[in-house]
Amino acid sequence: MRDRAGPAAEAVTVRRPEAADFDAVVVGAGPAGSAAALELARAGHSVALVERGPFPGSKNVYGGVVYGRILDELIPDWYERMPVQRWITRRQTMLLSGDRSLTVDFRSQNWGRAPYNGATTYRAEFDSWLAGHARAAGAVLVPSTVATALLRTADGQVVGVRTDRPDGDLTARVVIACDGVNSFLGKQAGLHPDEQAAHTTLGVKETLALPRETIEERFGVTGTDGVDIEILGGTSGVPGGGFLYTNRDTVSVGLVLGLPGLAKAGLRPEEILAELKQHPSVRPLVRGAEVVEYSAHLIPEGGYRSMPRLGGNGLLLAGDSAAMCLAAGIWLEGVNFALGSGMYAGRAAANGLRSGGPAVLGEYRRLLEKSFVLADHKKLRDAPGLVLSERVQHRYPGLVCDLAEGMFTVDNPRPKPGLRRLLRRAARHNGVRMRELARDALTGLRSFG
Amino acid sequence: MTQRYGDIAFEDRMSQVDFRVAGNAHIVVDTDVCRSCTTKACVHACPAKLFVPTDDGGILFNYEQCFECGTCYLVCDGGNAISWSYPDGGQGVVFRHG
Ligand SMILES: Cc1cc2nc3c(=O)[nH]c(=O)nc-3n(C[C@H](O)[C@H](O)[C@H](O)COP(=O)(O)OP(=O)(O)OC[C@H]3O[C@@H](n4cnc5c(N)ncnc54)[C@H](O)[C@@H]3O)c2cc1C
Ligand code: SF4
Ligand code: SF4
Repeated sequence: MRDRAGPAAEAVTVRRPEAADFDAVVVGAGPAGSAAALELARAGHSVALVERGPFPGSKNVYGGVVYGRILDELIPDWYERMPVQRWITRRQTMLLSGDRSLTVDFRSQNWGRAPYNGATTYRAEFDSWLAGHARAAGAVLVPSTVATALLRTADGQVVGVRTDRPDGDLTARVVIACDGVNSFLGKQAGLHPDEQAAHTTLGVKETLALPRETIEERFGVTGTDGVDIEILGGTSGVPGGGFLYTNRDTVSVGLVLGLPGLAKAGLRPEEILAELKQHPSVRPLVRGAEVVEYSAHLIPEGGYRSMPRLGGNGLLLAGDSAAMCLAAGIWLEGVNFALGSGMYAGRAAANGLRSGGPAVLGEYRRLLEKSFVLADHKKLRDAPGLVLSERVQHRYPGLVCDLAEGMFTVDNPRPKPGLRRLLRRAARHNGVRMRELARDALTGLRSFG
Repeated sequence: MTQRYGDIAFEDRMSQVDFRVAGNAHIVVDTDVCRSCTTKACVHACPAKLFVPTDDGGILFNYEQCFECGTCYLVCDGGNAISWSYPDGGQGVVFRHG
């Protein structure tokens, strides 16, 4: 499989082409790739956007919400044109322990009108829409085509990609690899650290059909409003989490499962998901719904500490290929980070091309650091570890539910217990030391505060 | 196979997914290597349930209904047991609600 795109493929050494086919080749028409291609095409450069699927989005799976603020910069009137399922006006974080649950529930009708906050959309529709913008700006979309290897000169400069088409070499002055979580191109360039499995989670998702009115009744929304629920606990002991999002006439329910934990647990993903769907707080929401699609995809969960080098020698990485997905408990955001990093990669590449040399890595990094992309990741660099830690995964949901149960249970004629006593009791009951609790609270505050 | 928790059967779950099956396999598993593997991590982790243990301790693998996710090569303990690649352009899984 060395001549196909996979872990064993290697870069191909070529002579420096006399004239490149394109100013830039972007690999992968996900949000990162289309944003990069759009930015380059707008700056007047010739761009090929290579996608292995028959159409953009056909290979891609996510939970379901695009947070659109970064689109303001890329496509100013995006919310009038984007293919939207529902606008998120209600966000919940649900903590599960056994058959108990505690939910934080926030609603804002401000999010239901322009400029909006986030929306559910299917990737087949969203990615195709975004790639359409890149094409309209002049990028050449090359679908059904796998980039199998980097083309490199003997001195290590990246000058294009090999594809699986006959005579399929595409040469370019700069290559942007937006080839997602497996990023075989980034690995060929030696940019990735080892130990990928430890920082990777498997996402599995069921898309469940329900009548529109049923969704509105069960989730308490009307019209085009929708709900976004992140779930902590409910993964049958495998480190990870869950999600539940509303579309127009389907809901997406899924799990994110740490690979090492899943491999060890001896449980199958769809069994864990079936178990989650049986939880008394989840079941009434999904009851009776039919599976219209089952899907799976990997997520780079490690955040800042697991990021590869971001490029060099005529190559840049953006989006999941650079581990820029933010996955930390109450957040599961990757599309907006892919859009942002792709846009800045395209901008840095365009500036480099204009000034004659592709020495763009420094500028790319600067743009990322000035923006939310690296600012958020730096700030939250300890969050993925904390969220996937044994205590947060296995003990805190129980502790919090014990605490809530203690406060809400009325056990007259005994007097009500004080909060401090409840906390001590809940901590002891769940095997948490007060000192550990204080330390994690501090890490949490530093990250999230 | 089984219907746990009253959920749908695995074949029905997979039959909802659109696959453009290529003529040649994009993933090949060397069952000789698998025979000496003690974890068999792929069997549980593959979301499409494509790794089936055989009586002689090996693995029977069929590439046709693969999500192309990459889980198997990342969790595999057998070093070179799995030759992994994406299918040729345009082939393989096509998600509509991803
Ligand atoms: C279960 C799950 C739930 C998630 N939920 C959310 C959410 O609710 N909100 C959110 O913002 N993020 C979410 N994410 C994260 C988000 O999906 C990713 O961070 C985002 O898709 C990254 O975009 P990208 O463009 O970098 O990569 P991708 O979207 O993976 O795009 C990569 C593209 O490159 C193509 N490609 C790959 N290799 C090649 C090659 N060699 N040749 C040609 N083409 C190639 C692929 O076909 C694909 O189109 C979720 C992820 C998962 C798995
Ligand atoms: S984990 Fe690897 S070596 Fe072990 S059975 Fe699975 S494919 Fe074979
Ligand atoms: S790539 Fe994913 S779906 Fe395909 S065989 Fe491997 S684990 Fe299973």
